[in-house]
Amino acid sequence: MFHRESGVFKTTYAADMALYPLPIAKWTMIALAVIFVLIVPMMVHEYYLSILNLIFIAIVGALGLNILVGYTGQISIGHGAFMSVGAYTAANLAVKLGLPFWLTLPAGGLMAALIGVVVGMPSLRIKGLYLAIATLAGQLIIEWTINRVPAISGGAQASIEVDRPSLFGFAFNTQGRLYFFLLFFAVIAIVATLNLVRSRIGRAFVAVRDQDIAAEIIGINIYRYKLLAFAISSFYAGVCGVLYTYYFGIANYEQFQLIVSIDYLAMIIIGGLGSVLGSILGATFVTLLPIVIRIFMENVGGLFFTAAEMANVISGLRLGVFGGLIIFFLIVEPEGLNRLWRNIRSYFRVWPFSY
Amino acid sequence: MAGSSARRLAPEGGNQLVVEGVSKRFGGVVAVQDVSLDVPRGAIVSIIGPNGAGKTSLLNMISGFYKPDTGRVVLEGQDITQKKPSDIAALGIARTFQNIALFSGLTVLDNLMLGRHVRMKAGVIASVVYWGMAQKEDIAHREACEEIIDFLKLQDLRKQPTAALAYGLRKRVELGRALALEPSLLLLDEPMGGMNQDEKEDMARYILDVNQERGVTVVLIEHDMGVVMDISDHVVVLDRGRRIAAGTPDEVQRDPAVIQAYLGSSRSERA
Repeated sequence: MFHRESGVFKTTYAADMALYPLPIAKWTMIALAVIFVLIVPMMVHEYYLSILNLIFIAIVGALGLNILVGYTGQISIGHGAFMSVGAYTAANLAVKLGLPFWLTLPAGGLMAALIGVVVGMPSLRIKGLYLAIATLAGQLIIEWTINRVPAISGGAQASIEVDRPSLFGFAFNTQGRLYFFLLFFAVIAIVATLNLVRSRIGRAFVAVRDQDIAAEIIGINIYRYKLLAFAISSFYAGVCGVLYTYYFGIANYEQFQLIVSIDYLAMIIIGGLGSVLGSILGATFVTLLPIVIRIFMENVGGLFFTAAEMANVISGLRLGVFGGLIIFFLIVEPEGLNRLWRNIRSYFRVWPFSY
Repeated sequence: MAGSSARRLAPEGGNQLVVEGVSKRFGGVVAVQDVSLDVPRGAIVSIIGPNGAGKTSLLNMISGFYKPDTGRVVLEGQDITQKKPSDIAALGIARTFQNIALFSGLTVLDNLMLGRHVRMKAGVIASVVYWGMAQKEDIAHREACEEIIDFLKLQDLRKQPTAALAYGLRKRVELGRALALEPSLLLLDEPMGGMNQDEKEDMARYILDVNQERGVTVVLIEHDMGVVMDISDHVVVLDRGRRIAAGTPDEVQRDPAVIQAYLGSSRSERA
């Protein structure tokens, strides 16, 4: 009911093209900033901060995948592998060369972008399901390579331990400190994506998605832009992988298997394809879901199952609920949580006088 | 429309586009065979012909979608036959499609902004940072798009997604997107197809304005003979992939080959 254009007049193109053209939206952003920077880290228990941290990392990855799938209309089932490329690049650089995070992070992203472009090459010739299978092959090849090449994976366990990131001698070594570290990168990723999708490059991505023939005729080199989308998207995935590595203190290929690629696809489908807010909502939802299920079962499940059965029930239930929700969203609201939010907003836009 | 038929062409600097003997076959089907076409600078040239005559195929070869099997396409003295469609767009050739090809997920304004893609420069870094160069550029090009929005009277639709627009409006937005490129040559594939009389008259008016006020050369495919004869300087007639006639509207209308292609010959003549 506060989100109304009525009475808001813009006199410059800059004001009309601003990220948040309405005053209420600006105030919401300021309020959110205060809550997340000042209030949450002071008031919230370490355990819940660790969950928020996971959400922040997932947001980076989901935004990247949404640029490729939601905005450019290409598909990738290889994003888990791109994350592992970023993770192992950063871990190797950090351990072997002792580089700080502000070098390993972009390096991991760039390496993932490079591999992403290679895996994305088939998109120049094939679309849809065929492209999905081609990127799936990319996922499996990268998994196999990392697992079998000791120079990358660091030996038998295929895992590399890294120190927590530090800046000017300040180590982000607790969940409370990692919170600021990860929040920073999540915000950067969100702002960067918002800017990208509203500017020349982002419009060209959508053009490739909606009408590749017309895109070409107005001067968009669709091959270039498809590869660019793969590069940018994989860069995000690589950074996401580096953040996971610093968060867990270890790079391990088992964190980035096929199921992770599927999880991230689920995030953007549930959240909303082609939407920044949708990526954020989807990342939050998919990260929270298993935690909520576990807490629920720990409290209620004891009535039906023995403690020994519980672990199996929880993991089975997680997959069941997850699959059910994806089907539910595909049928009921294919545009995802973002669409639900927009419906609520437009309902209250004219409330209580709906016509 | 009335005054325009009296208007005579004043060609400055000869032909802007020359198509020399292009042919295109798909498997065993010959779509276009040895067709030549001269487009004088500043003219409105119409391509007409029965269904399947190869009109759209010819347009596709000019805009770079098809590579001709033989012959060449020359723009301003430069051979563009083998160039990519996106490069040809950058040289100033814009086009619209027979079955509208707008970016349906985007607003009218964004569609027009996309039309200016080749005139803009912002790369990935500038786009991600946005504030600074990309914003300045977006605002400058927004002004150019607003001018087209005014010209085509799309003011109240600029923030509407194009998927929701009526058919005639989408055709107009597509013309706007082509104009946003600031083309020197505009290819229109049935801009009035499926329109009612009022919409056709509006569209004809826009095409004439584009041609006369903006100095844009127009190549037009159209089935409405009234419109074609009224607004064209030259008419080229295709039938079954071949050029069967060319000339001013009056000449073409009297040409026996054209009459035969459109109306068929009587039984006695065929025998």
